[in-house]
Amino acid sequence: MSLVNSSAGGVLEPILERYSRNPCHLMQILRETQERLDFIPKWAVDYLAKALALAPAQVQAVIDFYAFFYDSPHGKYRVLFSDNVTDRMQGNTALLSRMLSRLGLTLGQTSGDGLVSIDTTSCTGMCDQGPALLVNNYPVTKLSSQRVDQMCELIKSQTPLVEWPAEFFRVEDNIHRRDVLLSTGMANGQALKRALELGPQGMLAEMKLSNFRGRGGAGFTTGVKWEACRNAPGQTRYVICNADEGEPGTFKDRVLLASFSERVFEGMTIAGYVIGASKGLVYLRAEYRYMLEKLQATLEARRKAKLLGKDILGQKGFDFDIEIHLGAGAYVCGEETALIESLEGKPGRPRIRPPFPVTHGYLGQPTVVNNVETLAKATLIAQNGGAWYKGLGTKLSTGTKLLSISGDCNNPGIYEYPFGVRIAKILEDCGARNAMAVQVGGAAGTCLARHEFGRKLAFEDVSTSGALMVFGNNRDMFEVARNFMHFFKHESCGFCTPCRVGTTLMCNLMDKIANGKGTGYEMNELSRLHRLLKTASHCGLGQSAGRPVDDTLQKFRPSYDRRLKQKDFEPAFDLDAALAPAREIMERDDMDAHLGTDL
Amino acid sequence: MLSPQEPLKRKLRVATASLSGCFGCHMSLLDLDENLLDLIELVEFDRSPITDVKHCGTCDIGIIEGGVCNSENVHVLREFRKNCRTLIALGACAINGGLPTLRNGLDIREVLREVYFEMPGVVSNTIPNDVELPLLLDKVRPINEVVRVDYFIPGCPPSRDAIFKFLTDLIAGRTPRLDYPQMRFD
Repeated sequence: MSLVNSSAGGVLEPILERYSRNPCHLMQILRETQERLDFIPKWAVDYLAKALALAPAQVQAVIDFYAFFYDSPHGKYRVLFSDNVTDRMQGNTALLSRMLSRLGLTLGQTSGDGLVSIDTTSCTGMCDQGPALLVNNYPVTKLSSQRVDQMCELIKSQTPLVEWPAEFFRVEDNIHRRDVLLSTGMANGQALKRALELGPQGMLAEMKLSNFRGRGGAGFTTGVKWEACRNAPGQTRYVICNADEGEPGTFKDRVLLASFSERVFEGMTIAGYVIGASKGLVYLRAEYRYMLEKLQATLEARRKAKLLGKDILGQKGFDFDIEIHLGAGAYVCGEETALIESLEGKPGRPRIRPPFPVTHGYLGQPTVVNNVETLAKATLIAQNGGAWYKGLGTKLSTGTKLLSISGDCNNPGIYEYPFGVRIAKILEDCGARNAMAVQVGGAAGTCLARHEFGRKLAFEDVSTSGALMVFGNNRDMFEVARNFMHFFKHESCGFCTPCRVGTTLMCNLMDKIANGKGTGYEMNELSRLHRLLKTASHCGLGQSAGRPVDDTLQKFRPSYDRRLKQKDFEPAFDLDAALAPAREIMERDDMDAHLGTDL
Repeated sequence: MLSPQEPLKRKLRVATASLSGCFGCHMSLLDLDENLLDLIELVEFDRSPITDVKHCGTCDIGIIEGGVCNSENVHVLREFRKNCRTLIALGACAINGGLPTLRNGLDIREVLREVYFEMPGVVSNTIPNDVELPLLLDKVRPINEVVRVDYFIPGCPPSRDAIFKFLTDLIAGRTPRLDYPQMRFD
């Protein structure tokens, strides 16, 4: 026992020290613990709880909530196949089976020698270079049978990840269309200098003049949000950059953080200057952990250049610094109040709004939560002024939008367009010739059929957080909706009953239809449950969970109808087989010991 | 053709049955008291524990208490679905399986072995297997997993008020609706 304790201290004390024994950093402490120990054993839970003055149950609750924390051994190599519909379209199912059979495992099982486990996970944001997987939270892209076989050999020979071929982990930007953001250069500190010349009020005025709206999906006017936070009473203020890009099919923030992080950090600093904050936090999704060291190096360089830290650019009293927090695999943390809970070291359950984060956010203080793209674009407004920005895009949706395009097209990747662009134009540009449908805005977005391709991308028409998945003529839209429904079921945080139970019920109904046991009854139930989830769920996750089903029911009804039985009802399970155990123990096989089908 | 002033004259036929339940829902039905006299003006009972009729004829409304735990429950439920225009799940067990589903985590063979061989004081050492006895399903199911169900009245048991409101709504041609006080369980 004493041996365990001394080694516990040996492993955990340096981690605890690094995070100043602050329970708000529990997520980071647990992540580093797991990186050292491969999982988080019970003794570590007890040790950390004691050191952080938390109840063990509070620590355990965090481990249980997040998909990437394990409280039991999951192997030295933990492989998670990205299972977005785009990965499926690129053939991940066959590759997954291949790896399972090569390593002699079943899905979710840890090998007997404790070496490896294989499972699936939600979209990892590599849709433009999939199929993809994560191994110990590092992404491997462009999977092929050959790459899978090589991986199996590396795992069997217990080769450390750092010795794996670098090309496995290569992530390309794939930028195919650049508009103002991606083509305008910026010397580090240039936008910030301009903001300091304008002063907080002047910069705020430019933001409001630009009529710039947030790029995370909801489209709230950023200047109004900053002003509300600036004016809210509080002891201190925070800027949070929401880099929990979990919406299936979205990867534009990945590219911004990989190649335009100076703009993102500079945008955060400007936001901090305007609202009067001295601390900024980046909430980086666990799937993007591979960028952490590089981002931290960028922050360090900015500190050296006096772009972060004390008296920034010589402006007395303007102190601002940025910390990066990593998530641990929970889509719901993209919701701003869940994200704040997570930053405070708790399970990421959405709070009740109001009060909104601008008045009661991180640690109860006024907080601005902005999307990565929003913050990057704030630097453009500082550079060129609000009036200039207002002239781009449409009247109600000013500026440009980054789109992550994936699926059935020749050139998947990042496209920057002014708002107001038509879907048809986008499809032409990305080389999607036989598109039957596009899913705009990710799983929670809108499914558009061909007759709607004349519609425009803008908050006033088709709004989007940045994902656009293309489905060609030969795709089965029922299976697309079923994939999204399983995603929502997996990602429901379980806090409210309509979402927790409703997503499971909808999944069961979709599976039943897929198994050829569906009737008109299930179709009615799907619509009824969608209405219920939409009106009764606590947050946006549950409210939009039924949308892919509802949209495809309206626009691709035959893909459902062809699976239905022409009868009143059929049970999802085999009634006669349900009697088999009783037949066995009672040694009966007469006619009354069987159940035929109901006609 | 009926005019709006002229309500439906014919009495509606109602059948009721308790499957894998405790009869609590039927007790709640009896608890209608003098309202039963109002109800009997509108309906007549077909198969029901109240009438002791053994099989269900053509009915307007079928009411089922309890979940589906054995083959006989399946037969009764199918008979109701076949003969009743409208089928109602009455109470927690019919809707969710209720208390009997506590055995769903156990292997039914183990359950029977435990009851007939291993319980203290058991002397028989056989599991009854007369052909008259219905066989147990491996899991207890809510009735809407076995047949299509039109309406659900929640409660354990649903209160007399809930049952009366629901049935009178249905009979009068209104979409049945239970307000908050009728859905409280405390």
